[in-house]
Amino acid sequence: MRHSEDVQLAGPQVSRITYTLESSLESVNRLEQTAEDLAKKAGIDEDELFRVGMAVREAAINAVLHGNAYDPAKRVNASFETSDDAFTIRIADQGPGLDPDTLPDPLAPENLLRGSGRGIFLIRSFMDEVHFRQLHPGTEITLIKRLGPAGTAGL
Amino acid sequence: MSMKLSTRQVDDVTILDLSGRITLGEGSVQLREAIKDLLAHGSRKILLNLGDVNYIDSSGIGELVSAYTTVRNQGGDLKLLNLTKKVHDLLQITKLYTVFDVKEDEATAVSSFATA
Repeated sequence: MRHSEDVQLAGPQVSRITYTLESSLESVNRLEQTAEDLAKKAGIDEDELFRVGMAVREAAINAVLHGNAYDPAKRVNASFETSDDAFTIRIADQGPGLDPDTLPDPLAPENLLRGSGRGIFLIRSFMDEVHFRQLHPGTEITLIKRLGPAGTAGL
Repeated sequence: MSMKLSTRQVDDVTILDLSGRITLGEGSVQLREAIKDLLAHGSRKILLNLGDVNYIDSSGIGELVSAYTTVRNQGGDLKLLNLTKKVHDLLQITKLYTVFDVKEDEATAVSSFATA
């Protein structure tokens, strides 16, 4: 798998790593693993590690599968930023764009038995903040886990 | 990383012992194929033993739901056995815990099919 890594210090207490990845399942697994490794370094506990890893996995699946549709010409851009008070992950695809407001509620009785459509719901359940940004083309999702007493990671 | 799957028969119940991860590109397709195969061979009482499944993503959850609806649509029943805490929590969050018949003891699970 090709990827590029750029470690930079954005400030005295902020570290940031960026990746450009192919639209493949390998990239999904790579981003999930990276998220877990960095979350662990940031002091996030075992239960929260699982949630952060899974949220990143789901966001990466959305980018690779639903956004870029495994298109070898399209890339997934990801960044991981650790500061004193937050672990922030951004994942962007180059797909047709996703409007999160149009997604059906997976908890609605008529949707409970659907075989898909739970990814963004799980991301929102597992992270403290989730934001979407339209890139024209593509979608960027930002996942934030608060660190310290203010966030769930510190509870 | 990948999922392992084996099948055994207890009375007229087919038990699928799964271990590892049920995720996109790993266990999901294997599970779908296994259910299809069992139905084709006449199994209608299927018990998924998830005791050694330590990770499942939205694709895996979707596959469990699809397995459930597929088996039910063919007049059979599919139940879950031995959920790990992670899988249990995920089914709670997604409100699927009450959809599935979840058992903690294999003998009880097997006999629950017979009396159904």
